[in-house]
Amino acid sequence: MFTYITRRVTGTIPVIILISLLVFMLVQSAPGDPADLLLSDEATEQDVAEARARWGLDQPVWVQYWKFFTAAIQGDLGTSFRYADPVLSMILDRLPATIELSAFSILIAVVFGVPLGVWAGARPNSWADNFGSLFGFFGISMPNFWFGIMLILLLSGVLNLLPSSGRDTYGIASDPITGFYLLDSILHRNWKALWDGLAHIIMPAIALGTNMMGILMRVTRSSVLEVMHEDYITTARAKGVNERNVLWRHAVRNAMIPIITVVGLELGTLLSGSIIVETVFSWPGSGQLLISAITARDYPLITGTVLTYTMIFVVINLVIDVLYAVIDPRIRFDK
Amino acid sequence: MTNSALTEEAILARPAAQGSRVPRGLRPWLTPKIVLGGGIVLVLVIMGVLAPAISPFDPNRQNLLGAMQAPQWLAGAHFLGTDHVGRDILSRIFYGARISLVIAITVVVISGIVGVGLGAISGYFAGKIDFAIQKLVEVVWAFPPLLLAIAIMAFFGQGLGILIFALVIQRWIPYCRVARGQALSLRSRDFVHAARSLGARNARIVMKHILPNLMQAATVIGTFAMATAIIAEASLSFLGLGVPPSIPTWGGMLADGRAYISTSWWLALFPGLCIFFTVLGINLLGDGMRDIFDPRLKRSGQGMG
Repeated sequence: MFTYITRRVTGTIPVIILISLLVFMLVQSAPGDPADLLLSDEATEQDVAEARARWGLDQPVWVQYWKFFTAAIQGDLGTSFRYADPVLSMILDRLPATIELSAFSILIAVVFGVPLGVWAGARPNSWADNFGSLFGFFGISMPNFWFGIMLILLLSGVLNLLPSSGRDTYGIASDPITGFYLLDSILHRNWKALWDGLAHIIMPAIALGTNMMGILMRVTRSSVLEVMHEDYITTARAKGVNERNVLWRHAVRNAMIPIITVVGLELGTLLSGSIIVETVFSWPGSGQLLISAITARDYPLITGTVLTYTMIFVVINLVIDVLYAVIDPRIRFDK
Repeated sequence: MTNSALTEEAILARPAAQGSRVPRGLRPWLTPKIVLGGGIVLVLVIMGVLAPAISPFDPNRQNLLGAMQAPQWLAGAHFLGTDHVGRDILSRIFYGARISLVIAITVVVISGIVGVGLGAISGYFAGKIDFAIQKLVEVVWAFPPLLLAIAIMAFFGQGLGILIFALVIQRWIPYCRVARGQALSLRSRDFVHAARSLGARNARIVMKHILPNLMQAATVIGTFAMATAIIAEASLSFLGLGVPPSIPTWGGMLADGRAYISTSWWLALFPGLCIFFTVLGINLLGDGMRDIFDPRLKRSGQGMG
């Protein structure tokens, strides 16, 4: 087990180096002089020359890369030229909002997608199955940003039920403890703030979670369908276990591994989907930060956000791989 | 017993056989998924190809006095209404179909050529070439889907060529994985050994014996890749990171319409519906083809944003 984890972690190191190289090359090959990109429009020629010396842009490319890399692994992602703040702390400030939204989306996707999949998979080719499958296709095919806009139109515009943007109503939130508003308001027993937080998160979370819900529904369906033919299901039935328990205790439990796999695989899609959904709902997360950085041509902030998101994704994949090894011993001893 | 079953089958089969003039070879293809999905895609292709002929107005003609007219059944002379600068939404949707299709097909074809090519080389030659290509796959795949495309567009700016590059950069990988796996197993098969013993060069073996065996898998992956390419292109256009705004795109129309959602819902409703149905149609088609080709291909083409 330990050997497997060590091997998996050390295997990630070259990937991280190559990722930083790729991002560096992207910045390098972008049209225009980085000094011009990194300085404001008012900079004089002397400013540019000074900046080139200060940032080492007059040095060979590989020296520049080494500086970029060593600074980055020490957590120095540069300074935003729009806000003059360190990029990493700006991103970390916004990260809880993104994580909260993503977690809530996954929750919605699992709570609706899995039971629907079980329901459909237990009755192959019935109307329930057909309805469920169509629903799954709808979920997979839904463009999340358009769905978000339509939810705003319906629930905020026409019905006036939910707030269309932001994370909370000004002045209602308690002092931050964790940075996750829902969690904070529970810890403070501030139920009004919790209700307010839920009202804000529900629409963006539905918009973001629908794709995953569709995929989960389809995977759960086929997984349950497959498992229902196994011998242990026949055995359970022969023992006289009633059909409800056969399904939920014996079938669903064994169908869980592919379902967990899919949640893991789809986290990356969810992460990039959150960038767009945050923009639609003005959700103050790090994805919205990225898009506003692009609009403002704040290049250090763009590079920093892209690197941070990718590192998060790499770590998530690593954790998932290790989790598999814990669940399934065959993976550990493979290779 | 056998006899009666046969008759029953024959009776059941006869009306269908007489009623339809579908050639025998096509019949397994007529599943609900393929018919429905293919139908949607066909309508879309017709819309795109005939856009200049069937558009009632010039998609870029502005008319500020006639801005934000509601669809025809509510008011005005425009079937689906006009946008915030008075452009005809129906015409823009037709042209949007055109650009979506052109981009998606180009992206899928380039991704397919690059992915299948590199995958076949990787699997067939193995060794150092394989190691290098697989490292490349590993690194590019380490980025969350769409994020790399967003970063590329952010640094290089709007443009058709760069957009296609940004969409291809991760999309060739599913092809590459499947192609490599198949090439690895094919290289030790008898017909490859036979070809080699007859003096065929590596290039010929890859072209004549490895690639044709990869076509089915590539078709299915390509269909799903097309769906994700359309969503990704629309997402990037929505964020203002796609083609220049002078070209009408569904994503760009949505971005325009978003600001007026509380007053003029038709600006955002119709282009979004088009994206949704297009992606739905392609997904249905892909799933139907996968059912026919190879059940083992399950899950290989999905999950790319």
